[in-house]
Amino acid sequence: MLFKVFAKDELPKLFDLLAANPVIAPVQKGVDQHGVPLFDFDVVHDFADLRLDYTSTIHSAKRYFLPYAETLATFTVDKGGWEKQVDLNIDRRQVLFGLHACDINALNKLDKVLVQSAYPNPFYAAKRRNMFIIGLQCTPRPQCFCRSMGTDFALHGFDMFLTDLGDSYFAEILSAAAFQFMARIVTREPGHDDHERYKAVVAEKNGRFQAKVDSSDLTKILDMEFESPAWKAWGDKCLSCGTCANVCPTCYCYGVEENVDLDLTGAVKTRRLHSCNLIDFAVVAGGHNFRPHSHARLKYRYYHKHRGFVEAFEEALCVGCGRCGEACLAGITVPAVIASVREGG
Amino acid sequence: MRGQLSYLGVELARPRVAFFELTSCEGCQLQILNNEASLLDFLSLVEVVNFREAMTERHDDYDVAFVEGSVSRADEADRLRAIRANAKILVALGSCACFGGVNQLKNRFRDLDWVKREVYGDFPIITQEVLPLSAVVDVDLCIYGCPIRKEEVEKIVTNLVLGKAISHPRYPVCMECQASQNICLFDLGEPCLGPVTRAGCNAWCPSNRRGCWGCRGPADDANLAQLEKIMAERGVSAEAMLDRLECFGGFATQADLLRSAAADGRKP
Ligand code: SF4
Ligand code: SF4
Ligand code: SF4
Ligand code: SF4
Ligand code: SF4
Repeated sequence: MLFKVFAKDELPKLFDLLAANPVIAPVQKGVDQHGVPLFDFDVVHDFADLRLDYTSTIHSAKRYFLPYAETLATFTVDKGGWEKQVDLNIDRRQVLFGLHACDINALNKLDKVLVQSAYPNPFYAAKRRNMFIIGLQCTPRPQCFCRSMGTDFALHGFDMFLTDLGDSYFAEILSAAAFQFMARIVTREPGHDDHERYKAVVAEKNGRFQAKVDSSDLTKILDMEFESPAWKAWGDKCLSCGTCANVCPTCYCYGVEENVDLDLTGAVKTRRLHSCNLIDFAVVAGGHNFRPHSHARLKYRYYHKHRGFVEAFEEALCVGCGRCGEACLAGITVPAVIASVREGG
Repeated sequence: MRGQLSYLGVELARPRVAFFELTSCEGCQLQILNNEASLLDFLSLVEVVNFREAMTERHDDYDVAFVEGSVSRADEADRLRAIRANAKILVALGSCACFGGVNQLKNRFRDLDWVKREVYGDFPIITQEVLPLSAVVDVDLCIYGCPIRKEEVEKIVTNLVLGKAISHPRYPVCMECQASQNICLFDLGEPCLGPVTRAGCNAWCPSNRRGCWGCRGPADDANLAQLEKIMAERGVSAEAMLDRLECFGGFATQADLLRSAAADGRKP
C-alpha cells in the first residue's frame, strides 16, 4: 500500500481535476422534523456542495451501479422481424467522491455475484470498472454495526481512501489512476507523526460503535430457528413495502418487464430492482405464490443475507450500514431481528 | 384510411372502444386526451366509436367500454347495465369507477337526505348512495387512480391489442417512492398512506412532497394495523388517518373496521 499526506486545501484541487467526469458525492438533501440533516448521494458540480462530514445517506450509492430501473435492450420491430440494440454505457467514466468503508465493502460483495460469477452482469461490470472511487473514513453512528460484519475497513474495491487528520488528509493509494491524480497535487510522504495521528483517529472511531450483531455460528442458528415465533412477530409488523431493499447497498434482486411501444414499432426490456419482502416476489407462472405470508418473506431476506450468502461466499450479504433499520417505518432492524432469533423467540 | 395494424408481421384487430362517464369530474377522460405527444398513436391503435369528451358521433357497437365515474342515480345504474350488455370488456376507469371515488364521501353521512338538502336545497334532485361500478355490473378490469395515469392506460391498451396479460403492481407506493430517492414524508413529520396503497402512480404525491391519500386503493396484503400503530406513534390522530382512508373509497372495508374498533374501544 502506498501512503501520502496532503494539506486540506489541496482537496478542492483534486476535486477539480476529477470533475472533468461526472462526480457523485454526498450532499445534504434536507432536514428532518427534528432538524437533523438528511444526506444522499447526488451528482455534484461544485466542491462547496460536498458534505464530507456526512453521517450516512438515506439511500446507498448502489443505484449508480444498479439503477432502480435500467434499460437492458430496445428493439425496433417491423413486418420482417426485429432488431435488438444494447447499450452498456461502457465508456462513461464517473467519480464517486467520499464513500465510507461499509459501502465500498458492499460493492465488493456485489462484485462476487455480479462480476465474478458464472453469469456476470455486463451492465453492472461496466459501471463498476468505470467508477473512480475515493473512500472516506467515517464517524460511526449509533446504528452502525459494520464492525460486527467485518466491513468497517475496506481493503480493496476503491482507488484511494482518505482519513481526515485535522489539518491534512492521510491517503491510501490503491490504483495507478489514483497515483496519477495524486501526482498533480502537492503531497508528501507520511512521517511518524502522521502514522500516530492516523492510528489515533481510527482508535477514536472504534470507540464509537454501539450497535452489535452476534454473527458467530449464525448460519447454523438460523437453521435451528427456522420455526422460531420471532419470525411471525416481525412479519406481523412488516408492511411488505420494500423500502429496506431499496435503501440497502447490497440487495440486488430484480424483475424484468417487456413493453411494446404505443405505435407498435418498437419494444423495450427493462430491469427493475425488486424486493423479497414484496407480496409478488415468489409468484410463479400460473399464479402460485410460494411466500404469501410476510413473515416468510422477511425470514428469507435474512436467510439470504446471513445464511445462504455466507455459505456461498463465507461472508454475509450485509455490511451493517444500518440504513434498512433506520428507513423501516415498522422499526425492524437487523440487530434486533438477529438477537431475537438467537434467543429462540 | 388507416392501414392494417400488425406487430412482427402478425395482423391485429383494432378494438372498437367507447368512453362513458357517470358521476365524475371527467378528469380521467381528460388525462387520456391531454397527452398530445402520444394521442395520435393511441388513437391509431383503437377505433373510438364513442367519446363525448372528444367527438360528437356515437355508436353502440363496441368491444371495450371505458366507464368513468361512480353510480349515484338509478338511471346511471340502468345506463351502466346497457353498456355492460354491449361491451365485451368493461373497464372501470379511475377511482370513482373502481371504488366510488371522492363522490362516495357523502356515504359517510348517515342521513343522505340531509346531505341532499345541504347541497341542493329544495331543488328537486334524484340521488342515492354512491356505488362503484362493480356493485352494479361485472367489471373486467380496473384502472386505478384519481386521476388515472395516461401512461398506464396507454400500456394497458397496447397490451389489450397485443393480447398480452394485464397486471397491476401488487406492492405499495413506498417501493416507487424509494426508487425515486425521495425523503420519506414521515421523516418530515407528515403522514402518508404510501405503505398500504397500491403502487402504479410512480409515487406521484410523495414525489411532490405530499403524503399519499390512497387514491389507488389498498395494495395486496396491506398491513393497516401496523400503519395505524406507526401513525399513532408519530402523533397522527386516528381521525386524521380515517380521513385519508375514506377519501377515495378504496379502503372502505378497512375504514369501517377501524371505525367500529374505535367505537368498541370507547365503550366502557
Ligand atoms: S422490513 Fe420494514 S422496510 Fe422492509 S419491507 Fe418490512 S416494513 Fe418495509
Ligand atoms: S441489510 Fe440493512 S444494515 Fe445490512 S447492508 Fe443492507 S441496509 Fe445495510
Ligand atoms: S456502517 Fe461502518 S463504515 Fe459505514 S458509516 Fe457506519 S461505521 Fe462507517
Ligand atoms: S413518503 Fe410515503 S410512500 Fe414514500 S416511503 Fe414514506 S411512507 Fe412510503
Ligand atoms: S401517491 Fe397515493 S394519492 Fe397520490 S396518486 Fe399515488 S396512490 Fe394516489
